[in-house]
Amino acid sequence: MLTFLARRILIMIPTLFIISIVSFFIIQLPPGDFLTSYVANLAQTGEQVDEAQIAALRARYGLDEPFYVQYGKWMSGVMVGDFGRSFAQNRPVSELIWERLWLTVALALVTVVFTWIIAVPMGIYSATHQYSLWDNVFAFIGFMGMSFPSFSLALILLYFSYTWFGTSVGGLFSPEYVDAPWSALKVFDLFTHIWVPVAILAVEGTAGLMREIRANLLDQLEMPYVITARAKGLSEWRLLLKYPVRVAINPMISSLGWMLPGLVSGSVIVSMVMNLPTTGPLLLTALQDQDMYLAGSFVFLLSVLTVIGTLVSDILLAWVDPRIRFKGQES
Amino acid sequence: MSADTITPVAAPAEEKRYLASQWQLFWWKFRDHRLARVALWFLVALYIMAALCEVIAPNDPNRRDAKRKLASPQRIHLLHNGVLRRPFVYPQVQHINPETLAQSYTEDTARPLSIHFFTKGDPYSFWGLIPMDRRLIGLPDGERLYLMGADRLGRDLFARVVYGSRISLTIGLIGVGLSLALGILIGGISGYYGGVLDAFIQRTIEIIRSFPTIPLWLALSAAMPAEWSNIRVYFCMTVILALVGWTGLARVVRGKILALREEDYVLAAKVAGVREFTIILRHLVPGFMSHLIVTATLAIPSMILAETSLSFLRLGLRPPTISWGVLLQDAQSISAIALYPWLLFPIAFVVVTVLMFNFFGDGLRDAADPYSH
Repeated sequence: MLTFLARRILIMIPTLFIISIVSFFIIQLPPGDFLTSYVANLAQTGEQVDEAQIAALRARYGLDEPFYVQYGKWMSGVMVGDFGRSFAQNRPVSELIWERLWLTVALALVTVVFTWIIAVPMGIYSATHQYSLWDNVFAFIGFMGMSFPSFSLALILLYFSYTWFGTSVGGLFSPEYVDAPWSALKVFDLFTHIWVPVAILAVEGTAGLMREIRANLLDQLEMPYVITARAKGLSEWRLLLKYPVRVAINPMISSLGWMLPGLVSGSVIVSMVMNLPTTGPLLLTALQDQDMYLAGSFVFLLSVLTVIGTLVSDILLAWVDPRIRFKGQES
Repeated sequence: MSADTITPVAAPAEEKRYLASQWQLFWWKFRDHRLARVALWFLVALYIMAALCEVIAPNDPNRRDAKRKLASPQRIHLLHNGVLRRPFVYPQVQHINPETLAQSYTEDTARPLSIHFFTKGDPYSFWGLIPMDRRLIGLPDGERLYLMGADRLGRDLFARVVYGSRISLTIGLIGVGLSLALGILIGGISGYYGGVLDAFIQRTIEIIRSFPTIPLWLALSAAMPAEWSNIRVYFCMTVILALVGWTGLARVVRGKILALREEDYVLAAKVAGVREFTIILRHLVPGFMSHLIVTATLAIPSMILAETSLSFLRLGLRPPTISWGVLLQDAQSISAIALYPWLLFPIAFVVVTVLMFNFFGDGLRDAADPYSH
């Protein structure tokens, strides 16, 4: 188990290194940089442009230097937790990100738990009652969930809440708590608001997960060991949960690692529509303003989350399934 | 005795099954899947709509009309003064609130306008070649039919949805085509040669897959310069979508080739001196083509959804290009959708298309394994 872990973590390092280069490169793709558009903006409004100050900023961020120098400057900062400065908001990137990143992660985690709580029982029921009325109903709901673009569900929900209840369901806090310091009441307020985005995000994941559990379980239910267990007089519930369900859920665990980052990136769009204080809207404006340190750090951090998520699911899988553990030791 | 009487009847069907090619079996199995068959017809209809959008749209999608700004959808009626007649609509009358300047619309119930086929409408050039002015449905005497209402410039939303299908429906196909080509080529090389090359390609795929897709798409789309022509943006969007899509296909191809390359017929081909590239394409790829088609079909809906989402966020296609995502840009604010809910109509088209692709892909998946059961 330890060698398996060590191997997986070793592979992570070059992956993260390449990801950081690529994210920085993508952010630099648009022609020009933030300072050129900043100067153009100042000139347009007729303000004085302080040449010396601009030159000092250029030198400080190495904007005139080749790509690898700029990358080196940025990366050496990242190593010690300094992600650079947001030009547009004139604040350290790390400050802006931490503010929102944990809400993003919280939203994703709650959604994962919610998705599993719904999808696993639905999948088990569908498999044990194949072609029954509820199996078909669940399948229909599942397909519908897969077919709606996530932002459109948010739009439709906004529409109905507005026309029926006259309130907007956007945001994660009631108006009086938005700027309030953290307190037990604010956390409670968050919990009353988080369900709408969680439900929207969960619909997408639930569909796929449920179909997969159903398919896996159907394969398992035909296995001779199930018949043997039944012949030995095991109660139906015990039989189901103790053996086939455990095997059927196994492949799901490997998808857990993908699910978390998938949700983080999926929530980007929903967050923008519903105006949630997560990373999504900030990333979008950063990209539009060519605020490259902010945008680059976001893409980088979200990728890191993905890599860590994959690692966690690999560890879980190895822990649950001894076959994988031993295969890792052999090679 | 009974066995003797049955055998002659069963034999031709059995024999037909044994002699049938894999593609024939594939088709027979697919035919049995009723939902998938219905979905196939739906998709054919949608693509016909995209191909013939100039004829099907009742109006020019770019024609502005100050008298129809944000007009609500026109209802189709069958009863006029209690008398049944062919489907008709009432003309819309615009009222402007003198204080708020907001428009509202009422029906002029005195003047029913029957809907006719192949009426004279806005002139257009069919596929950019043949000048025509007949539209599939429309109103006589230059009146305009607005089946799904109008946007804020008074343009016919239905016509815009129909025209938008041309881009929204093809972007997924071209994107999947690109990822299929890349996936077969790179996955094929990876699986066939193995060794260092395989390890390198596999690591590369892992790295590409560890990028969170939506932020990556956002960043790449934001990198497209604003002055690019629409065709260039469209092409780049398909490339961006394919960039992530090919990795999944490459893995399927690699896995299948690893399994197939040890087969005797591959050895026979090698001994016969067939070039390696030909072996991959001629002898190995057909062995798992059906699986590939299924994976590719199921990848199309996610590309359609991606285009819609990116354009919705103003990071993909931009007006004046018409696509379903671009149309939904008008429906971004809560006040817009609360007052003009018909601006959400494009969502229905997106959902139906994606749903049908999912059903169709589901049927294909069942059919891809024709020897089961």
